[in-house]
Amino acid sequence: MTEVTEELVYQRPESLTQVHTHYCPGCTHGTAHRLVGEVLDELNVRGRTIGIAPVGCSVLAYYYFDVDFAEAAHGRAPAMATGMKRTHPDKVIFTYQGDGDLAAIGTGEIVHAAGRGENITVIFINNAIYGMTGGQMAPTTLEDQKTSSSPLGRDVSIAGYPLRMCELLATLDGAAYISRQSLHDVRHIRRAKKAILTAFKTQMAGLGFSMVELLSTCSTNWKMDPVESLEWLRDNMIPYFPLGDFKVAEAVKEL
Amino acid sequence: MARELWKGNEALAEAAVRAGVVAYFGYPITPQTELLEYLSLRMVRLGRTFLQAESELAAINMVYGVACTGVRVMTSSSSPGISLMQEGLSYIAASEVPVVLVDIMRGGPGLGNIQPSQGDYFQVTRSCGHGDFRPLVLAPATVQEGVDLVYEAFDLAEKYRTVVIVVADGNIGQMMEPAEMPPMRDISTEQPDWALVGADGRSHRIITSLFLSAEKLETLNLRLQAKVQRVRENEVRYREHRAEDADILMVGFGTMGRIAQTAADMARQKGIRAGVFRPVSLFPFPSAALETRSHQARRILVVEMSAGQMLEDVRLAVGKDYPVEFYGRMGGVIPLPDEVFDAVEKIHAEMCHD
Repeated sequence: MTEVTEELVYQRPESLTQVHTHYCPGCTHGTAHRLVGEVLDELNVRGRTIGIAPVGCSVLAYYYFDVDFAEAAHGRAPAMATGMKRTHPDKVIFTYQGDGDLAAIGTGEIVHAAGRGENITVIFINNAIYGMTGGQMAPTTLEDQKTSSSPLGRDVSIAGYPLRMCELLATLDGAAYISRQSLHDVRHIRRAKKAILTAFKTQMAGLGFSMVELLSTCSTNWKMDPVESLEWLRDNMIPYFPLGDFKVAEAVKEL
Repeated sequence: MARELWKGNEALAEAAVRAGVVAYFGYPITPQTELLEYLSLRMVRLGRTFLQAESELAAINMVYGVACTGVRVMTSSSSPGISLMQEGLSYIAASEVPVVLVDIMRGGPGLGNIQPSQGDYFQVTRSCGHGDFRPLVLAPATVQEGVDLVYEAFDLAEKYRTVVIVVADGNIGQMMEPAEMPPMRDISTEQPDWALVGADGRSHRIITSLFLSAEKLETLNLRLQAKVQRVRENEVRYREHRAEDADILMVGFGTMGRIAQTAADMARQKGIRAGVFRPVSLFPFPSAALETRSHQARRILVVEMSAGQMLEDVRLAVGKDYPVEFYGRMGGVIPLPDEVFDAVEKIHAEMCHD
């Protein structure tokens, strides 16, 4: 008889709970959650991590991560994270925020958290639209992109231009690691995970503010099927929101 | 400890330090700023957390974050800053985490001015954010009383897992008076069983104010209301001055309570039996005690540095048929004892005429 030897190659990260999510079919939040969960497992920090959920589609993220979690007011997660990290420097503190949360209503909080070099990690989901409220224009909605509050397409003469948060925050001395990645295919998802790992390592080494922006899809509000959405992201978002590292402090390079 | 001369804002800050506050977050605003300035050095020297936030909005959310981890935390501000904090206060109340807030009121509305005012009585007792919740609100009349209330506020915040507001007008924040500091407490290392400290060896804890099911949100609201009821039963505080035999009972809080005392003494010298009932807890309002006292008095004169806000609570306490008069100044004007005495004398003349 031949002995069967099997190797476990894939399982749910311990940092995620065993529940179904409420996310729409085709949404990339699930991918982003999984990457964060895998990184927390690999760093073996689940037991000393506190997450902060935003207001938006991922408002219920606290049900999906098996780590202690608080729910912030819209946009205020970086302020809550600041308080937690200042009083508990031994904990791993991360926020998970969407584009409306981070780049519109919470612009002040994210800029100052980065400016102070708060030793926290921010996972920034940019899908160029307000998902939970039903598809309104976001600060990252592209020029001419149709949404329920820009039905004729975003007219930059009225609504101004989409904000590039990585580029903006990378100018701040307190930012140690700022990277934009995409979740539209496997190759990019693997790169995204590497960036998330670097971000958490940056925090654990006490090097300052770290943020990974993840270009994401919203099939429901983009009114596209999941595959079309991934292609639309690739063809439209990446040209305006280029991928890569925007800030890598010298000490981060040595991690 | 000996009695020392303390500036109000600095005394309140030192009282918080002695109560074991672990972290302070705030934003400069007159007439509260000395509290922040004092802690910017004191906390750092003690190895505790001090951070000047980019706004009151950020400050209250930093406080919220720390409160979720179960350690003592506070902020302070003045009227327009409290308006900005209302969002966070509502979330904090719904999340049932303990927070202490010091509000040194200034003239309003709008940017108003930096003179002392009591125009935010409604704000702190009624409208401290959206939704059904009532913070515990304590109003000192002296620097010493402010010290004692801040010192105790942290215990109350933890006991009820609620927001405790110590509210004073700018006069109390700015003036210097003798005060004796309470002893320095050790910082508690106890971790409450709800605190977010990392899920080591257990499943995760969640602190949220989101309850999508109407029934679950109602359950939270019922719990908050039960807490309000416990606060009403246990935390009523008030002081009286020559009230036992007063025909004319003045009701005023904070600085107005002190001015009313002087006016009462002036009236007594003229043979007018005046006294003072000074609510210390604005919420819970000492309704029952005031109602009892009103039976023996013949008229009530409410005195406030506002258009008459606490006046509504007094009327609710004594009923619509009780003769309640009002004297107040607005815009940061502090009434002189003479003015209040004149109001007492006028009521006395009407009573003699009746």
